[in-house]
Amino acid sequence: MMNYIWSGMIVLAIIFAVCSGNTQAVSDAVFSSAEEAVTVTLKMLGMFCLWGGLMRVAQQAGLTDRFARLLSPLLDRLFPGIQNDSAAKSAVSMNITANLFGLGNAATPLGIEAMRRLKRHAPFQDTASNDMILFVVLNSACIRLIPTTVAMLRHDSGSHAPMEILPATLCVSFLSCAGAILLTKLFGRKHG
Amino acid sequence: MSEIGTFVLLFCIGGILIYGACKRVRVFDVFLEGAKENISCAVAVLPAFVGLLLAVQMLTASGVSDALTAALTPLLSKLGFPAEVLPLCILSPISGSGSLSAFQSLLTTYGADSFIGRTASVIAGSTETTFYTVTVYYGAVGIKKIRHTVLCALCADGISFLLSAVFVRLFFD
Repeated sequence: MMNYIWSGMIVLAIIFAVCSGNTQAVSDAVFSSAEEAVTVTLKMLGMFCLWGGLMRVAQQAGLTDRFARLLSPLLDRLFPGIQNDSAAKSAVSMNITANLFGLGNAATPLGIEAMRRLKRHAPFQDTASNDMILFVVLNSACIRLIPTTVAMLRHDSGSHAPMEILPATLCVSFLSCAGAILLTKLFGRKHG
Repeated sequence: MSEIGTFVLLFCIGGILIYGACKRVRVFDVFLEGAKENISCAVAVLPAFVGLLLAVQMLTASGVSDALTAALTPLLSKLGFPAEVLPLCILSPISGSGSLSAFQSLLTTYGADSFIGRTASVIAGSTETTFYTVTVYYGAVGIKKIRHTVLCALCADGISFLLSAVFVRLFFD
């Protein structure tokens, strides 16, 4: 799947570049992208270490298990594959919490920890299980309570009420998450 | 606005460390263990990330989003969706920085409190960079066959886009 998407994107870009005479900009993008990937990874490296360390402390103190128990009724329904794995459940719930509070930098390393735990229950080691798919889809849809970055940008461009979009944002986020869960469950059932 | 975020962050870090210390966890030693384990994790993401950024930046530089916008405008105006927001919709699943600058330019061109500005705000506040999430999460744990992940994630994005215009009309008209 990713093979088709990836090569499709690049071929499309090249065809378009030739048609519209943008070849110079596109070839510049080739080098700048590789550079940027390293810069971003280096930035992530620090974040990964920071949250990996903090989470280990929370784990050993039993804090993450408490969280998992709190979210357990919801998690058991969404991720039936990890019902009996409290470590996986706490990793998933930490990621969801970080997302809700808009701690995007923390959500990614916590999410990857959760993915590692979810993978242990996957029937095939190179194929995403239903639980993994739902987890990734939920992370790519947005489950944020307060859109701080958006409110900040609105404030900077002279909005009278930067937070007035909050009710609409919450409704849209909630409905698109519900739709995402429904679709993922439907597809998961069809293909086993 | 960012104050809420800052407060939550500091509260989380402080809370974890204080709770850990109360439970007699050797806080710093344990922190180092966890941090060390995650180094390999970040490095594992790099190859997938180089690949993704290559495709994304080539695509944005090629101007394909302008062409898509022109092609889809008549259809969208029938659905009551402002076509001006379309570049933001096209960029938001593939590029975080790209969609942020598209959002910014919509705010400066049309004003934050206009219909277009509000719709763009709701979209920016209720979507994530789908391809980034898919690449990083699967790349880190070495999953190759991702089945219906991208399809479902993009459908969720599509739902967000269309509902944004609907709810802005509902709440502000």
